[in-house]
Amino acid sequence: MEAAKLPGFLARRLVKAVIVVLAIVVCNFLLVHAAPGDPASVMAGQSGAADPLFLEQLRRQFGLDQPLHVQLWIYLKSVLMLDLGFSHRQQMGVATLILERLPATLLLTGAAFTFAVVGGVTLGALAAQRVGTWADSFITVLALTFYATPLFWVGLMLVLVFSVWLEWLPSFGMSSVGVPMQGIEVVLDVARHLLLPSLTLGLFYLAVYARLTRATMLEVADQDFVKTARAKGVPEGRITRAHILRNALLPVITFAGIQAGQLLGGSILVETVFAWPGIGRLAFEALLSRDYPVLLGVFFCTSVIVVLFNLATDLLYAVIDPRVEVG
Amino acid sequence: MRDFWRRYRRNKGAVVGLVALLAVMFMAATAPIFFPGSPWDMAGAPFMPPGEMGMLLGSDSLGRDVAAGIAHGARISLMVGAVSTICALFVGVTLGAVAGYLGGFMDDAVMRFTEFFQTIPSFVLAILLVAIFTPTIGSVVGAIAIVSWPPVARVVRAEFLSLRGREFVQAAEVLGKSRMAIVVGDILPNALSPIIVLASLMVASAILLESALSFLGLGDPNLMTWGFLIGSGRSVIRLAWWMSVFPGLAIFITVLSLNLVGEGLSDALNPRLARQRGGSA
Repeated sequence: MEAAKLPGFLARRLVKAVIVVLAIVVCNFLLVHAAPGDPASVMAGQSGAADPLFLEQLRRQFGLDQPLHVQLWIYLKSVLMLDLGFSHRQQMGVATLILERLPATLLLTGAAFTFAVVGGVTLGALAAQRVGTWADSFITVLALTFYATPLFWVGLMLVLVFSVWLEWLPSFGMSSVGVPMQGIEVVLDVARHLLLPSLTLGLFYLAVYARLTRATMLEVADQDFVKTARAKGVPEGRITRAHILRNALLPVITFAGIQAGQLLGGSILVETVFAWPGIGRLAFEALLSRDYPVLLGVFFCTSVIVVLFNLATDLLYAVIDPRVEVG
Repeated sequence: MRDFWRRYRRNKGAVVGLVALLAVMFMAATAPIFFPGSPWDMAGAPFMPPGEMGMLLGSDSLGRDVAAGIAHGARISLMVGAVSTICALFVGVTLGAVAGYLGGFMDDAVMRFTEFFQTIPSFVLAILLVAIFTPTIGSVVGAIAIVSWPPVARVVRAEFLSLRGREFVQAAEVLGKSRMAIVVGDILPNALSPIIVLASLMVASAILLESALSFLGLGDPNLMTWGFLIGSGRSVIRLAWWMSVFPGLAIFITVLSLNLVGEGLSDALNPRLARQRGGSA
């Protein structure tokens, strides 16, 4: 792609991203109003039993006695000013609550994603080079297994084996409680806690990426430019790395963009199983107390993260493959 | 039909999957016979390991029979999987057919709408929907249907796009058939095989989704489900591993068999593709 086209491409993607974000806000607004009962009590997060003063304040703040389009406008304005509402249960702003928990979730999903991509591409490349051998059958079985296993159950089974029976790894939280630690010890402690949750979240995607890499590598290996490279006497290892793998990575990137939302959704389950203090766990706690503003906020935030991630993969795609038509 | 079966049978995994799926269906159908009474009732002492007190798979924290819960849960899982898939198919096929057959502006609008649903984190949306509309069997089925129609719309649109220019469709148009009659009577039957394959995989993912929702406590409080069983075993996993292990195995076997059946259907319905795949592997 010519450098001159890049700003236009970026601008189009940005406009699209903004539309998606606006649509999500509208979606949240409609959900609050479609819910059975009074919208104010939905926003208060406790149907029926809410403090009347607080309900009155919510009604005034969101103009609930005004026509629907005015209400939507008020709601849009407040969300765009990053006011995601107030959690009456936790006595805290929803945005603050989510921002506090976000780093833990990003650490977990980031670790799981890295594990899945590195492991998946390696396994897939191995399988493509040795079609019909152990690596090949291994990823087929792996994929079939993890396509059919509930994520939360994989987590529980890992806890059962590695925490309960073998007692190797902690099954709970992000760091050890009540143990004074400093410097590198803290990092190692978090890493130990991170291992099982990120494995749980990553294994399914590892299988997906392995299959994808294998399939595209076999496809690319048949193409003329690979035969040309081989005819020119390029060493086999270099052909695999520089010619085949590089081209086979493109669908993996596309897929990573598509899967970002699922990864965040999966983190709700994994964080629930491992009591990992991220936004997934926050969503689960909000679920137990029917704290709707927090749930709506989590939905909004995870959607925005996915949109941002998709923007990033679009850019990455354009950088890796200059031929890509980004128009 | 015999041809279909012959091609299906060639895929050994698919045959195993079909047998397993029939076994799960049998378990669901006979649950009231082998486990009469409510699965919520106490059947023995709590926390009995498998095999004790006549309970094959042990008992839970309130002395309920885990095996009875699994057998009764099979009914709910299969039912939710089937009904939500039918609803999602209805939405997806309608939207896909409109987009693919009409093209132009409608196509653009429907595809943007579909893209939107594929971008947002679908599991988070499903949680939100069930929570806001209170967990009942209806809201669970609805939420699963709402997050699972987009792939159907895409597949159906692609099929319709390629079919609408073909001679038999042009012939029908020349004959003066109405659009509705052409879409339902001429194009749809020719687009059925990918829809059937997709449907079997959708039942599988709907069962996974339902189990995840009820694991989080978003199942219908009156119905025994596999996800609920695992969720209630989570906090006592150190005491009673069987409470979470066996329901999980039930989900695994059911979903795996549905996936295998889907692959077999795909081989049997697209013989050309199957041969290609067989050749390259």
